[in-house]
Amino acid sequence: MRTRLIAALLAIAAGMAVATPLSVQVRKAKVRAKPSQLGKVVATVPYGTEVQAGTLQRGWYPVTTKDGKKGWLHKSALSTKRIAMRSGTTDAATGVSSDEVALAGKGFNEQVENKLKSDGKLDYTWVDRMAGFEVDADQIRAFRAQGHLPGGDE
Amino acid sequence: MNRQHTPPKTAAQRSHTSRRWLTWRITFLALSTTLLCGTVVAVLFSGCGEISDVGTQLAQEAGLISAEEAESVKRGAKALEKTWQDLTPEQEYYIGRAVAAQVFQTYKPLDQPEANAYLNLLGQSLAIFSKRPETFGGYHFLLLDSDEVNAFAAPGGLILVTRGMLRCCENEDELAAVLAHEICHVEKKHGLSAIKQGRLTEAFTIIAAESAKQLGDEELASLTREFEGSVSDVVMTLTTSGYSRTQEREADAAAVALLRRAGYPDAAIVTMLQRMGEQLTDAGGLGFAKTHPSAQSRVESVGPLVDKSGPAPDSDRKKRFAAALQPLMASQ
Repeated sequence: MRTRLIAALLAIAAGMAVATPLSVQVRKAKVRAKPSQLGKVVATVPYGTEVQAGTLQRGWYPVTTKDGKKGWLHKSALSTKRIAMRSGTTDAATGVSSDEVALAGKGFNEQVENKLKSDGKLDYTWVDRMAGFEVDADQIRAFRAQGHLPGGDE
Repeated sequence: MNRQHTPPKTAAQRSHTSRRWLTWRITFLALSTTLLCGTVVAVLFSGCGEISDVGTQLAQEAGLISAEEAESVKRGAKALEKTWQDLTPEQEYYIGRAVAAQVFQTYKPLDQPEANAYLNLLGQSLAIFSKRPETFGGYHFLLLDSDEVNAFAAPGGLILVTRGMLRCCENEDELAAVLAHEICHVEKKHGLSAIKQGRLTEAFTIIAAESAKQLGDEELASLTREFEGSVSDVVMTLTTSGYSRTQEREADAAAVALLRRAGYPDAAIVTMLQRMGEQLTDAGGLGFAKTHPSAQSRVESVGPLVDKSGPAPDSDRKKRFAAALQPLMASQ
């Protein structure tokens, strides 16, 4: 009984030790059911949102979202810095130093891009069209199967 | 004596001059504090940042600088420490979009929805196996209507491939090798590394002074100027000067690993480079030849990494490649 209690306490302590808050650093992160870019999407988390991350495993973090959904995010989608949204949006910066926080939309941003557009210096028509070329996991799976590409459910 | 009258400076010019002057003071103070750190750290094992702050405080207390200037110096010293590696994925995204827009001023996009859809399927099928599968805006691919043999990777994942480059690829596996090479430039942020440090220091100084509000007109004008300069640095590297040989070798080696993870025969990079070498000799030093090490030297470098006994190109992959792209490769 005593051994079980100690084991349970150790497990809780270990769980608490590995849960780290990380911030989504991409526009829209898809939380997957398994550590694979082809895994089923269980949640979509917007830029700047904090998730609780477990231990990194082969490039993937097990994460829990604020509303309790569990899944996996690739490390390239996450930042150890807190990403504070501008005032008026969610997660606005409060009482933390600039070294700990990256302010979303700071620096080279949409405002700068809009200035270049309004000055007539750059035409983004094709950039926007290109950004609209989306491919989903089902299409990739079918493409890989048709091309007889081995393995690869990474 | 003929004295020329100097016209009064505008607010923007005064702001720029004042910032340049402040940058020099910041540089001087940062160097001084760095020297101080070198000496003191050896003795006291203290943190450099703390000593820099102490130095600024002493200067403020001695009346050398005002409280406002002291704050600027602290921010400036931090800006001086920052490099292209400190650009956030969001900032990289906006730089990449502008780089692509600027490339489109020289290279016209190829408006062929089916061919571009195939290119994106292939590219995305590779990008998910990248060491950096997630970028702020994701990976997107587009064909360019140019006979020049070339391909460009704008920061953040906008990848452009010319019709001339398609002609160097006999099958899907070889085109996969081209895309894998470009994806690896994005993965390693080689484009961002082309931005001159001076521009970044100026930009980070402005960014550090920015509060959680919209930029004022002057700050916006200054930041836009640094942004345009940064974009030009990247475009110049992509289209004219090229990445370093080390970076090209890094991208080739990473592309071999990426192809393998994605299930494509990695030897395709060698056959593609060999064919490209032949085409570039015919083309006489344009595009890739101008911005990349010779195909022969790349084959020599990457050759030992690949499995030459791999399977022959799959017939279904050859068929879909031909169906999607061969009409474009034939037409001029």
